[in-house]
Amino acid sequence: MLIGKQTWAFQNAPRVLATGTAVSQKEGKGPLGKDFDLIYKDPYVGQSSWEKAERKLLEQAEEKAVEKAGVTMEDVSVTISGDLLPQNITSNFAARTEGRPLLGVFSACATSMQAVALASLLVDTKAATYALAAASSHNSTAERVFRYPTEYGAQKPPTAHYTVTGAGAALIGLGATGPVITHATIGKVNDFGVQNPWEMGAAMAPAAVDTIVQHLDDTGRKVSDYDLIITGDLARVGLPIAQELLTQRGIDPAGRFTDCGILLFTPDEPDVFSGGSGPGCCACVTFGHLLRRVAQGELKRILVVATGALLSPISSQQNETIPCIAHAVSFEYRG
Amino acid sequence: MSVQMGVKAKQYQTFIKGRQPGRPWFRNSARAFLSGGAICLVGQGVEELFVHVFHYTEKVASNPTVAVMVMLSVIFTGFGIYDKFAQWAGAGSAVPVTGFANAVASAALEHKTEGYVMGVGTNMFKVAGPVIVFGVVSAFVVGLIKYVLTMGS
Repeated sequence: MLIGKQTWAFQNAPRVLATGTAVSQKEGKGPLGKDFDLIYKDPYVGQSSWEKAERKLLEQAEEKAVEKAGVTMEDVSVTISGDLLPQNITSNFAARTEGRPLLGVFSACATSMQAVALASLLVDTKAATYALAAASSHNSTAERVFRYPTEYGAQKPPTAHYTVTGAGAALIGLGATGPVITHATIGKVNDFGVQNPWEMGAAMAPAAVDTIVQHLDDTGRKVSDYDLIITGDLARVGLPIAQELLTQRGIDPAGRFTDCGILLFTPDEPDVFSGGSGPGCCACVTFGHLLRRVAQGELKRILVVATGALLSPISSQQNETIPCIAHAVSFEYRG
Repeated sequence: MSVQMGVKAKQYQTFIKGRQPGRPWFRNSARAFLSGGAICLVGQGVEELFVHVFHYTEKVASNPTVAVMVMLSVIFTGFGIYDKFAQWAGAGSAVPVTGFANAVASAALEHKTEGYVMGVGTNMFKVAGPVIVFGVVSAFVVGLIKYVLTMGS
C-alpha cells in the first residue's frame, strides 16, 4: 500500500526468513568477518575468471539463504537480483544455474534494497511464496568495468572507494520468525553536479538524504523511532556530509547514523580508502551483520538506505555529472 | 536539468569544498621523487653492469637496460606487486619506462580471459595507447618545427 508519496507499507508482514553471504578474504578479515557464511581465500573462488568468481559467490549466497531457511531452491517463486556488470551478467548467469524465475534489477550499489523492496512487495501481495533478493559485486570485475585493469598502477585519491568482493541473498516470505520488513521507500534520482567518479561519497549523499527525509515524511516517523539508520556506501567522506545535510533539514541523526562501507572494514585498512562500495557491500553488511542483530532482538528497528551512483564509464568520460539514487527499507524485530 | 537544480548543484559544489579530504600533494610529490629516482638508480646500475661486465659501449648499453627494466616491471605486475607499489609511489612509478610496461602488461593480463586475439591483442594498448598516439603526434610537430627553423641553413 502506498503511503505518502514514495513509501510502500507492507500489510502482511513479509519477513526475511534466512540470509546467505559469501565474501572474499579481505572482507572476511574485517570486523564483521564472523557474520559471513562463506569466506573465500582465493579471489578467483576456484574459477577461471573474475566474472565467474563473482557469479560463484552469488550462487553460493543464494543457495546458503535457501538452505538456512529449510526450503529448497525449487520452492523459490522468483529471484530478484542485480550487480554492476554490463547486462547484469552475474545475476542472469547465476539464475541460469539455479533455474528459478528471475527479475534482473539495476540501481548500482542501491540494488540490494531495490531487490528487497520488490521481493517484499511480491510476497506481500502473494505474487510470490518465497522471493529471493540478492546482489553481488567483485572488486576485480568492477575495476575492469569502471576503472583500470586490476594490476595497473594508478594512484587513487583518499576519497576513492573500494568495491567489495561479496554477494548477499535474503529469502523473503511469510513466516513466524525473522526480521519483519515493514516499509520500503523508493528513491528519486538526484544529481547535484558532482562529476568526479572518485568522489562518489559526496555525489551520493544528497540522494540518501532525500530518501531518508521522504521516508520520515511518508511514515510520520522520527529518527528516534530507529535504533540505527545505515546508508549503503557513503563511507567516511559521504556520511558526515549526509549528516550535515540532514541537520540542515532539521533532522539530527547523531549517534544512530552509520554506513555499511565503514562497518565492513577496520578504520586503519589502507587499501579501502574512504570505505567499501558496490552492491555486495550493502548486501553483505545488511544480510550478514545487521539483520542478524535484528533477528536476535539486539536492534529493534533499523532503516537501511542503500545508495547507488548511476554513472557508466561512458557517461563519465563524456563529462556527465553523476546521478544518484537511494532506496530505503525498514526492518523490525518481532519476537 | 531544471534551472532550480542548476542552482542547487552550484550551492552543493561550494558546500562540499573542504568537506572532502584532498590529495596529499606534498606527500605524493616527495614519494614520487624518491621512488622515481630509485627506479632510475636501479636502471643506471643495470646500465653500468652492461658497460663494465659485458663491455657494451655506453650508447648501446641503454637498449638491453630498457629491456631489463621492462622485464622487471612485467614480472612485478604479474605477481601483483607493481600496483601496490604504484599506490605508494604515484607518478614515481608511472613516469619511468616501468610504468609504461605495467600499463601494457596489466591490460594484457586483464583481457586474457577473452582470448589472445580479441582479448590480449585488442586491449593490450588500451591504457598505454594514448602515450603512443600523442608521443608520435608531438614528435611530428617538434620535427616539423625543427625542419622549418633549420630550412635556411
